[in-house]
Amino acid sequence: MEKAIRKYWPVFVLPTLAAFSVGFIYPFVQGLYLSFCRFTTIKKASFNGLDNYAYALADSEFWHSFWFTALFTVVSTVLINVIAFAIALALTNKIKGANIFRTVFFMPNLIGGIVLGYIWQILLNCVLSILEKPLLALNATYGFIGLTILMCWQQIGYMMIIYIAGLQSIPDDYIEAAKIDGATTGQILFRIKIPNVMPSITICTFLTITNGFKLFDQNLALTGGEPAHASEMLALNIYNTFYSRTGPQWKGYGQAKAVIFCIMVIIISMIQLRFTKSKEVQQ
Amino acid sequence: MKMKKVLALGLIAMMAAATFAGCGSKGGDSASTDGAADGAADGSKGQVYYLNFKPEADEAWQDIAKQYTEETGVPVTVITAASGTYEETLSSEIIKDEAPTLFQVNGPVGLANWKDYCYDLKGTSLYDELTSDSFALYDGDAVAGIAYVIESYGIITNTKLLEEAGYTVDDIASFDDLKKVAEDITARKDELGFAAFTSAGMDGSSDWRFKTHLANLPIYFEYQDKGIDSTDAIEGKYLDNYKAIWDLYINNATCDPSELAGKTGDDAENEFASGEAVFFQNGSWEYANLIDKGMTDDELAMIPIYIGAGDEANQGLCTGTENYWCVNSEASEEDIQATIDFLTWMVTSEAGTSMLADQIGVIPFKNAADTTNLFVLNDRDYTDNGKTPVSWNFTTMPSEEWKNGVGSALTAYAAGTGSWDDVVTAFVDGWASEYAAANN
Repeated sequence: MEKAIRKYWPVFVLPTLAAFSVGFIYPFVQGLYLSFCRFTTIKKASFNGLDNYAYALADSEFWHSFWFTALFTVVSTVLINVIAFAIALALTNKIKGANIFRTVFFMPNLIGGIVLGYIWQILLNCVLSILEKPLLALNATYGFIGLTILMCWQQIGYMMIIYIAGLQSIPDDYIEAAKIDGATTGQILFRIKIPNVMPSITICTFLTITNGFKLFDQNLALTGGEPAHASEMLALNIYNTFYSRTGPQWKGYGQAKAVIFCIMVIIISMIQLRFTKSKEVQQ
Repeated sequence: MKMKKVLALGLIAMMAAATFAGCGSKGGDSASTDGAADGAADGSKGQVYYLNFKPEADEAWQDIAKQYTEETGVPVTVITAASGTYEETLSSEIIKDEAPTLFQVNGPVGLANWKDYCYDLKGTSLYDELTSDSFALYDGDAVAGIAYVIESYGIITNTKLLEEAGYTVDDIASFDDLKKVAEDITARKDELGFAAFTSAGMDGSSDWRFKTHLANLPIYFEYQDKGIDSTDAIEGKYLDNYKAIWDLYINNATCDPSELAGKTGDDAENEFASGEAVFFQNGSWEYANLIDKGMTDDELAMIPIYIGAGDEANQGLCTGTENYWCVNSEASEEDIQATIDFLTWMVTSEAGTSMLADQIGVIPFKNAADTTNLFVLNDRDYTDNGKTPVSWNFTTMPSEEWKNGVGSALTAYAAGTGSWDDVVTAFVDGWASEYAAANN
């Protein structure tokens, strides 16, 4: 069988590679080219050098949305992972109805971002108006808190499943041995469980960081960037640059921002992967 | 061993087939929707592909397209962009090999993006059908677009409730009258059981009524004073009037001003249809919805939006268009001709004109069929009585970004988290900077 694979590997690789090239590599390269152009449609693009990048880097709204996004990513990554891990720990203990809880916690992840955004907008606006506070669209701080709550609610279940799988793969004898040696629950958690689920932590932090940076649907539906772009995240800023302005130059600006955005996400997630990977241990 | 090999190859074949099946079936779909199967064989006739802007009229367009194809054999495809995504859809559709031959822009500002794709319609049979040259959209000397519908907006009034409060529409002939009536209704709100205005919702589904349509009035009066029809810098001469009408809307409404940020277009429509408020700022396109919700002609009327500027005694409804047909200049010769023929048929044949009159509204063409839309008839009465309609100048607003800025500031002002000065800044300074940004 292995021989067959060695012989026929192009047949296995080709379909996916073709789809990947058509769906990702080609548009990416074209997008890179367009970021140096002034264009309305991609067929009529004229090269204009680094103008787009100069504009994008000088745009204060772009930087505001960058810092807003960065802060959001840090807060949501920490909250989601800590809470998801805590729930995973609780649900790997033999408690009644653990499976039902797992299903319930996972469910929000099955609803689309736009729908979630509108549902939470109604919910949060109701709460805010009862408390006689300004509504979501009027206050960026509430917008930020709202987004964090929404993302936690949506993502905790998903990360929890990954952590549960990680925790269950720790051999029971490690924990048994530790208990016999007289380790406390805290020591077991920090010396055995966490080091052993490092691969899960790597993947979960990677997912939450990139999800945080790329967040679009929820941002669009929950706050729409209001008030006056104050709660606008990077992806929405790019979208607005592209579509809510007039004239051909804006498409190029948006494209340049998108390339900068892509590079930033890649760099940040690379650093994170390197950092958490170095903490992984061999079982 | 041999068996295994066959099995492996079979699996590979299946996988490959599955991978490409997605693309394959999609191709099939689009072929069947554009009806190319029966008509395209006869390539000399050309074909029409209309990217429709109005989701509410999608069904009517599909039916009329089918009817045209049956009569003439020319295939007509109508694809409708989802609400609020027209620009995106058009950007991606127009670069396809089978690009739309017919699309639309919303006026001079929208045209700036698409003028490279607009066929000069001057002298075509469609252009000749226009009742007035003012319904053509010019790019230099070329006719880039042709308006296909004239709409009106104003304050839709529930005349029954107004009578209950002791007034008739004839009592309202100026901003002062409107203010007096509205404030009187608010004072007696508990006794009457309804409010003066529906909620002026600033959710994305409703904020265009104020950041675009209501904002048209101060712009219109400033343009009138200066005798211009567009500008690179607005002065904001009538912004105090804008403030006055906005204050009136938010302080005499069904809800507290601080809740407006979350109120939607549906909220306002439902409040109006269920008799919770007398006044509802909206346009003739809203007529069908109100009738569907059980309202009748004898309890509806549309009155002008008075803001206390200009000659109020002779002010009519706000009437104009932001829907222009453009023919794709990149399409083949036959397709361009087929598209123009189709449009000419739409505005001259009985089937076409009656569909437009019933579904879209008044059309500015010589053979227009009569309409049953009450608000359009209201507009006609005003014009017949010598009132001057307020033209739609919001098509000259510099960008969506400008509207959003004004909208945010209005919302914050209503809720008390911002001041009116912010609205003025967004209006005046925002105009200048957005205009510069759009034209550099």
